[in-house]
Amino acid sequence: MAERAVAAGNAGSAGRAGSASRAGRIRRPEGPGKVAIAGLGLLLPGGVLILWQMLSHYGMISAMLFPAPYTIAQSFITLASSGELWINLRVSALRTLSGFLLGGGLGLLLGIVVGLFRRSEKLLDPSLQMIRMIPSLAVVPLFILWFGIGEESKVLLIAKSAFFPLYIHTFMGIRGTDNKLFEVARVLGFSRRQQILRLVLPAAVPNIMLGVRLSLGLAWLGLVVAELIASTSGIGYMMSDARQFADTPVVFVGIIVFAAAGLLTDTMVRLVERRLLRWQDSYQG
Amino acid sequence: MGEALLSIRQLNKRFDTAGGQVQALEDVELEVEEGEFITVIGPSGCGKSTLLRIIAGLDTGYTGSVTLEGKAIGGPGIDKGFIFQEHRLFPWLTVEKNIASDLPLGRPDIRQRVDELIELVKLGGFETAYPRELSGGMAQRVAIARALLRSPKVLLLDEPFGALDAFTRAHMQTVLLDIWRRNRTTMIFVTHDIDEAVFLGNRVVILEPRPGKIRKIVPIDLPYPRKKTTTSFQELRLKVLNYFEKVDELELKDGAGI
Repeated sequence: MAERAVAAGNAGSAGRAGSASRAGRIRRPEGPGKVAIAGLGLLLPGGVLILWQMLSHYGMISAMLFPAPYTIAQSFITLASSGELWINLRVSALRTLSGFLLGGGLGLLLGIVVGLFRRSEKLLDPSLQMIRMIPSLAVVPLFILWFGIGEESKVLLIAKSAFFPLYIHTFMGIRGTDNKLFEVARVLGFSRRQQILRLVLPAAVPNIMLGVRLSLGLAWLGLVVAELIASTSGIGYMMSDARQFADTPVVFVGIIVFAAAGLLTDTMVRLVERRLLRWQDSYQG
Repeated sequence: MGEALLSIRQLNKRFDTAGGQVQALEDVELEVEEGEFITVIGPSGCGKSTLLRIIAGLDTGYTGSVTLEGKAIGGPGIDKGFIFQEHRLFPWLTVEKNIASDLPLGRPDIRQRVDELIELVKLGGFETAYPRELSGGMAQRVAIARALLRSPKVLLLDEPFGALDAFTRAHMQTVLLDIWRRNRTTMIFVTHDIDEAVFLGNRVVILEPRPGKIRKIVPIDLPYPRKKTTTSFQELRLKVLNYFEKVDELELKDGAGI
C-alpha cells in the first residue's frame, strides 16, 4: 500500500512537470510563454551552479570534495572525446536494458497471470511478495557466487529490481477493471479471450505504464549497485575507479550521466504513455 | 398473432439480503410480440431492473420460465441488446471502435453497418471522438448503436435516459422512436417517468413493489408521433398515474419506500 502511494505521488509530480507549459498556456493565454515556463525549471539548478562555481572560485569549498562545475565539465569533455565515456555508457545501457526487459517482461507476464486467475494468485503471490522483501544488496553475494562477476549476475540483479513495480502495478490494474464494463462484455458476448484482450488489458494500461516507469527507474538503480560492487566496465565502474584515485570530477560526471540517462528513458516512456492514454480524462494540473 | 417473441411465465425471484429473503418478483406473466415497444414503469424497488436483467440473462436464480423465440434464456448474449443507465462505453475506444467493439472495423460489411448506425443515431462527425468528449446523450446514442450493430432480437433499456436533462431526454425519446420505426427492433424500456412510458410504449406495464408484481398492463392506442400536450395523451397519462398512486399509497402504508 505504501509503495502504491509513493508511486502515485511520483507519477503525479512527473505529470505536472510534463504538462506545466500546456496548462499554463490554456489558463493564461496572455501570460508567460512556453520558453519562460520551461526556464522556471532551470532556475534552481542554474542558481546552485552559479553559486557553486563562485564558492569554488574563491576557494571557500574544498576543490577535492566539490570540484568546480567548470572542472567537471572539462573532465566530461576529456572522457567524451577519448571515447571512454561512450564505451562505458553503452555497456551500462545494455545491462539496464536487458535487465529491464527480462525483469520487467516477467513482471508484466506474471502480473497478468496473477491478476487474471485467482488460483495463480494464491499459488504465486505469497512467494513473490516474500522475494520482494529481500533487499537487492542482500542477494549480491549469492548472485556473485552463483554467476560470478560476469554479466549474468548484474543483469539478474537489475532484473530483480525491475520485476516488482511492473508485477504489482499490472496486477492492480487488472484487478481495478470496472465490473460494470465486465457486464457490458458479457452482454456483447465477448469470449474469455476477448475479455482479456479487449477489456482487461486496455483497462490496465494506465497502471502498466506507471509500472514501466517505476521499473525502469529501479533498473538504473540496480545497475549502479551492480557496477559499483564488482565490475570492470560501465559508468559505475568508471566512478568507483575514479574514487580510488580521488578523481572527484569523474565521479560527478558519472552521477550526471546516470541522471541524464534516467531522465531520457523516463521521458521516452512518458511520450509513449501520453500517446497510449490519449483517451483519459484526468486533471492536467 | 403467432407465438410471442418473448414469453415470461410464473416468474419468481428472491434475493437473500441481510434482513432475510426479499421477494423481488412475484408471478410475473408477460408476452411480448415481435416489433412491440413495451415500457415498464414502477417505483424504485419494484424489481423492474431485475426483470430486465433476467431477460438479458444477467441475473439468474429465478423460478418460472423466460423464453425468447421458444428457447429458455441461457445467459447474456448479442441477441438481447442491453442499454444501461450509464453509457458504459469503453473509455479507450473511439466512437466507431466502441460500436464495433469486438467486431473488426476493417471488414467492409461491418464498416458499412457502423457508418449506417452512426447516421441513424445522428453522430456523424464524431466517429473518432473518445467517450470523454461526448455529452451524456451522445454517449448513450453510441451505446444504442453498439447494441443495434448486433441485430438483437430484443433491445432491453434500463432507464437509459434517467441521467439526462429534460431537453436531451425528450430529444433521445424521439431518436429512439425513430430507430424503432425504421428497424422494428422489439424494445423493452424500463423507466420511472410516466410521461416517458406513455410517450414511447405500445403497452405500459405497471409494476408494484414488495413483492414486485404486475399491477396492470395499459395499452396505449395512440398513433406515433405522439404529442404530450394532446388531451388523449393526458387522459392515458392520468390512467397510468391512477394505478401508480394506488401503488404509492400501498408503499406509504408500509412505512417503507424512500
